Amino acid sequence: MTKLLSIRLVAIIAGLGFALVALYSFVVGAFAFLTEETTPHLPYEDPRDFAFSFDGPAGKWDIQQLQRGLKVYDEVCSACHSLKYVAFRNLSQLGYDEGQVKAYAASKQVPGIDPNTGEATTRPGLPTDYFPSPYPNAVAAAAANNNAIPPDLSLITKARGDGTNYVASLLAGYQEPSAELLAEHPEAAPGPGLYHNPYFPNLNLAMAPPLTSTGQVTYDDGTEATIEQMSIDVAAFLTWTAEPTLVQRKQTGWPVLIFLLFATVLAYLSKNQIWAAVKPKKK
Amino acid sequence: MSFPWAKEYTPANGFTKFLDEKLPLPRLVYNAVGAGYPVPRNLSYFWNFGVLAGFFLVLQIVTGIILAMHYAANAQVAFATTEHIMRNVNWGWLMRYAHANGASFFFIVVYLHIFRGFYYSSYKAPREMIWLLGVTIFLLMMATAFMGYVLPWGQMSFWGAKVITGLFGAIPLVGEPIQIWLLGGYAPDNAALNRFFSLHFLLPFVIAGFVILHIWALHIPGSSNPTGVEIKSESDTLPFHPYYTVKDGFGLGVALILFMTMVFFLPNALGHPDNYIEANPLSTPAHIVPEWYFWPFYAILRAFTVDFLFIPAKLLGVIAMFGSILLWFILPWLDRSPVRSGHYRPLFRKFFWFGLIPAMIVLFICGGAPAEEPYVMLSQLATAYYFLHFLVILPIVGQIEKPEPLPYSITEAVLGSDKKAVLGENASPAV
Repeated sequence: MTKLLSIRLVAIIAGLGFALVALYSFVVGAFAFLTEETTPHLPYEDPRDFAFSFDGPAGKWDIQQLQRGLKVYDEVCSACHSLKYVAFRNLSQLGYDEGQVKAYAASKQVPGIDPNTGEATTRPGLPTDYFPSPYPNAVAAAAANNNAIPPDLSLITKARGDGTNYVASLLAGYQEPSAELLAEHPEAAPGPGLYHNPYFPNLNLAMAPPLTSTGQVTYDDGTEATIEQMSIDVAAFLTWTAEPTLVQRKQTGWPVLIFLLFATVLAYLSKNQIWAAVKPKKK
Repeated sequence: MSFPWAKEYTPANGFTKFLDEKLPLPRLVYNAVGAGYPVPRNLSYFWNFGVLAGFFLVLQIVTGIILAMHYAANAQVAFATTEHIMRNVNWGWLMRYAHANGASFFFIVVYLHIFRGFYYSSYKAPREMIWLLGVTIFLLMMATAFMGYVLPWGQMSFWGAKVITGLFGAIPLVGEPIQIWLLGGYAPDNAALNRFFSLHFLLPFVIAGFVILHIWALHIPGSSNPTGVEIKSESDTLPFHPYYTVKDGFGLGVALILFMTMVFFLPNALGHPDNYIEANPLSTPAHIVPEWYFWPFYAILRAFTVDFLFIPAKLLGVIAMFGSILLWFILPWLDRSPVRSGHYRPLFRKFFWFGLIPAMIVLFICGGAPAEEPYVMLSQLATAYYFLHFLVILPIVGQIEKPEPLPYSITEAVLGSDKKAVLGENASPAV
């Protein structure tokens, strides 16, 4: 008994000790909080909410939109950004037939080996090849872009919070910083080689506005290629590249949930029936 | 097992007779989770989570083994093989999302299981050993989950590994050599990734072994129950099968509906976007946060911001974080109230609902938030309460509290004087 008492005594002392030290940190922190100026965050904006066809539990791809997005990537983004986890063969999911996929792949030069000399060279792509990188390596990418390496875009919409809306908002969101912002946060003024964008967390990014004028890309389906339209389309395309199985996933979920609901209701009824014999009768 | 009225296993045919003589496996199952295990008849749905935890352990092992068939633990390709699983392996995306969300659900059900134990004092005699084994399982789970999160080799994998192994660097004198030894280098790289993969594969089977011990130890005194009154007679119990198999079956259905909703419709909601960026030792994420199930303990770690009597703040945080879980080991000897269930302990109940639960919620929120005010100050207050609750309040409340009157038996508590229900005769004639 005395032994148990001593365990509790030690515990109480230890507990008071932990609490005391934590409260000491609290008091020091609270004093600093009350007396010191804290640097306020730069006021960046949350992404705008664009309604995409694949949003929500019943969402589906808009194939036309994905094709338009591919065209924007192909003609604009691919100059600096790779797409290394996507293979040309995957494009068959975007409604292209085998011949179109082969032709598209062949229009790209991918790294290869000269069959006669064994030297590194390039060759036309095959459907099994992956989208080639615009730069041979990270050093070349950094050298060509003022030391800011353009990220691979395969997963970009999953790698940012609310990624699809973020990419679309960012691309359509380049603007001059407002006078009020600069008055309040002089440090928010873009430095050399930087561009203001309210959706980028520190408000200044190294990527020059890639989409600058309506009609920069000529859409095959006649949609007017405004800056916002191109931004939305390429964001949709990059959502597909980040998760080609997104729609398959949602469509698989429904039968699974319907089966489980049915099975769970049956389990509940079985439970009630089995337990009825041993439950007290309600008066 | 331990009750004289437990039903006896009788082999039905020649084959089961043969088996029962040579290797009585069916008898073992019958006595463990079959009709041969008498269980208190008054268990609420809070007693479902042990079975659910067992289910999610099996799910993690099955999906994990399949993922390991396609994954390569090499820093050069780990991120790419994870994407290979997501894109090229048939149903690979389902296996990976089920495994990632399965870890979260495993922790959800285990936290509910543990907090059930706190409220009903399930750790008290004669169930101390069950509790000790359970806390051990929880520690093994934390180690396993942490190492599993490193394997995709994303930004949070890398920086999480760096921060957590860095905790060992806070140990005086030998900290830095220990950290280098754990990682196999100065920073997480191939050596660390490989050993984490190896251990991540091993530990679930160690957990499974401890689960068997946990259940074995449970069958010595039998299950606890919401009244905290021990079983007195046969009418206090029901056979596990069919009564609790069917009740657990229903509970499993509900859990699976929630789980599958996450897997199919919100698979990345519990993860961090930065982990879809490949690990980059040269680029530190703005906020390094662990997975959500570590947030309360991460908040305790970060609550100690000031050196105290020459002890560095970091070391204090590390001691407090490990101490916050290790103290669960001595709970059975801290809380000496003779009454188990929180239902009959008015003062304990107030501290539980208005102290411990809000403190845990605050710690959870602060652990996931950036290290800024007001989160740091809130986490410091909650941390102080957390230690006071377990180490000071519980022992004292057990001494000074006047418990409410307990029912004489489980039968009386549930059925009153309904004799027919006691005997299981309340079924309607149609059944």
